[in-house]
Amino acid sequence: MTKYILIGVVIALMVFAVASGRLSGASFGTWIAAMLTLAIFSFLYKDNPIYKFAEHIFIGLSAGYFVALEYWNVFVPNLWNPLLESFRTVSPSGLMLLVPFALGLLLFARFFPKIAWLSRWSMAAMIGSYAGLAIIGALQGDLLAQIRANMIPFLSPGSLTGLKAAAGGNAFFFAILEVLRNPLIVIGLLVTLVYFFFSREHKGGLGAVSRVGVWFLMISFGASFGYTVMSRVSLLIGRLHFLMSDWLGIIH
Amino acid sequence: MAERKTEERSLLTKLSQIDRRILFLLIFACATIPLLLGAGLRMSVTAPVQGLYDAIDGLEAGSYVWLAADYDPGSKPELSPMNYAIVEHLFRKDIKVISGSLWAPAPPLAQAVFDEMAPRHGKQYGVDYVNLGFKEGREAVMVSIAEDLRRTFPEDHSGTPLDSIPMLEGISNLQDVEMIICVSAGYPGIKEWIQQIATRYDTAIGGGVTAVSGPEMYPYIQSGQLVGLLSGMKGAAEYEQLVERPGLGIAGMVAQSSVHVMVVIFIIFANIVYFLEKRRAR
Amino acid sequence: MRTEIPVAIAFVAGMLMVVSLFVPHPFIAEPAAVMRSWAIIITAFAYVLGVANIARISLHTVKKRTTDWQYKGALVVALVAMAGVGVSRGIQTGGLFDWAYLNMYVPMQATMFSLLAFFIASAAYRAFRARSVEATLLLVVAVVVMLGRVPVGEKLWPGLPAFTEWIMEVPNMAAKRGIMIGAALGAISTGLKMILGIERSYLGSD
Repeated sequence: MTKYILIGVVIALMVFAVASGRLSGASFGTWIAAMLTLAIFSFLYKDNPIYKFAEHIFIGLSAGYFVALEYWNVFVPNLWNPLLESFRTVSPSGLMLLVPFALGLLLFARFFPKIAWLSRWSMAAMIGSYAGLAIIGALQGDLLAQIRANMIPFLSPGSLTGLKAAAGGNAFFFAILEVLRNPLIVIGLLVTLVYFFFSREHKGGLGAVSRVGVWFLMISFGASFGYTVMSRVSLLIGRLHFLMSDWLGIIH
Repeated sequence: MAERKTEERSLLTKLSQIDRRILFLLIFACATIPLLLGAGLRMSVTAPVQGLYDAIDGLEAGSYVWLAADYDPGSKPELSPMNYAIVEHLFRKDIKVISGSLWAPAPPLAQAVFDEMAPRHGKQYGVDYVNLGFKEGREAVMVSIAEDLRRTFPEDHSGTPLDSIPMLEGISNLQDVEMIICVSAGYPGIKEWIQQIATRYDTAIGGGVTAVSGPEMYPYIQSGQLVGLLSGMKGAAEYEQLVERPGLGIAGMVAQSSVHVMVVIFIIFANIVYFLEKRRAR
Repeated sequence: MRTEIPVAIAFVAGMLMVVSLFVPHPFIAEPAAVMRSWAIIITAFAYVLGVANIARISLHTVKKRTTDWQYKGALVVALVAMAGVGVSRGIQTGGLFDWAYLNMYVPMQATMFSLLAFFIASAAYRAFRARSVEATLLLVVAVVVMLGRVPVGEKLWPGLPAFTEWIMEVPNMAAKRGIMIGAALGAISTGLKMILGIERSYLGSD
């Protein structure tokens, strides 16, 4: 039943577009894009060969795309051109690029079991560099800056004045929220950390505190869920907009 | 009586196990109909969006920004509208834009934005904006270009050497730009720009993220590490409203609203069924 | 040789990155910059390795004619065609590579992600139940945020956007900061273990 409704909707939209003489405006590329979009959407009915075909074509295309981008945006400007230049000018510092070239090639040793261990050298160079960068990033960007940012007055004096000045209704409600802002930020962080870091059994006082920590986490997960819905819906709107605007031309 | 109870229960069970394709159709209808009707809604602007607007507005004409296009087609409907609205603002303010990307699929998306916006504002490639394309290497690229741009990006996306691009004369690294604006779909993205660059080089960072990563950016806003942030298509819509350039963001807001309302109805309805079922079971 | 050298390489590479933050002297900064430019090149090779692996596994399936071999064949053809066109004819705007990207890659990836809208909506219907205080809190906040972040919420109650922003800026922010601090500590300790050779799982087994 659902299948027929879906097919019906698509046909109705196409008939409408043809009738209003707008389909002729869509280019061949747009038609291909629209067909591939519908092929992927067909998964909503159930997994089917058309979807699977499109999915595999996509994986192939994206893998091929990456190779071409790495080639033109990394290998050529960052490795090949400077290497050729240093061969021409016999520059020892440029020739140092032979090291990452060799390490890059060594990665492919993984395909040959006997020498597969050689790829570890290249892996180590990559992992070591990124681990080092991650350490300083987490330290200066997250840990220190975030702890520092939480060092705020427990009660903001401005918020209390605001509360006194607020008339009833919404203004009073928001004035109370402002008074609660700093205390909740300070307490919220502490109880969340208590929940995460104390590996002792969460009983008694510790249990109560960590339970409040869970409440804060639940609020943040609820917010994340709401935002995730928002995100996914936007992506759907984007695709529908493409179908109705670029392809069918029924909206502008 | 017992029969009626069984009937009610079977109806409740049916409702709670409804074919998901019916739910899909409802969502589809809620997203499609408002788009067909083409209605628009005005909205209030949230503080993080206003923050980014004010930060860009405060830049002087002729100053430089690094526009990091770190996204792919998977998040295009959320992030491309932001990119358009931000570039509109930058071009209007006569700010020079250097765009680069740590996501391979991004350069053509960034280029499409420039191709549409540059002629409208009379901007010239290489003089007012430049697309340096993609570079592999995530955080390593960030720190590298903060020290030396040409070592990492010897040429732009189409292979032109940086030294023959007029606007880049005198720009040797990221410390020469006023601000980093990152349109970010995940890793590597705005979080890593903050971690690697904001504190170390004391550079202002702002930008936009997919709504999925919006909530986890709030600590950076409160700490001042982010000057402003657009979250998802709604953030883009608010920015479009601020720069008075309606695009997909504003066009999508009625559809966005109606699907949200439908999801809320799903949740409420499913919970009513759940409580009725629980009561019957007792 | 098989373990000591990679551990030593990781140590040197990692320490260069860390120390260059604290010692900006060219004596450290220059080798660190060289190491970063090397990492960029090796990572690019790693991507090509990944692609080669996809091609190898797919070709193997085609050769053996196991389940879905036809699809794997299509995958390999698409991969070779895209990479071939891109590498041989360039990636410039308006070219064949760019055409395939805009009219094939973009719509398929964008649609795949948009499918999630349907699945998250159906998950909200099937799994989102007020079973406990915690679950109710999550559910209520999700509903408030969903309504408060779209223009229609403003029509319901003009204060809703400001209230939603407060939820995001206060309780959500506090909890996310807690998670962030925990993750940062985790990243630092894992990073140190890798640089110091305590964590070696990336080396694989002999």
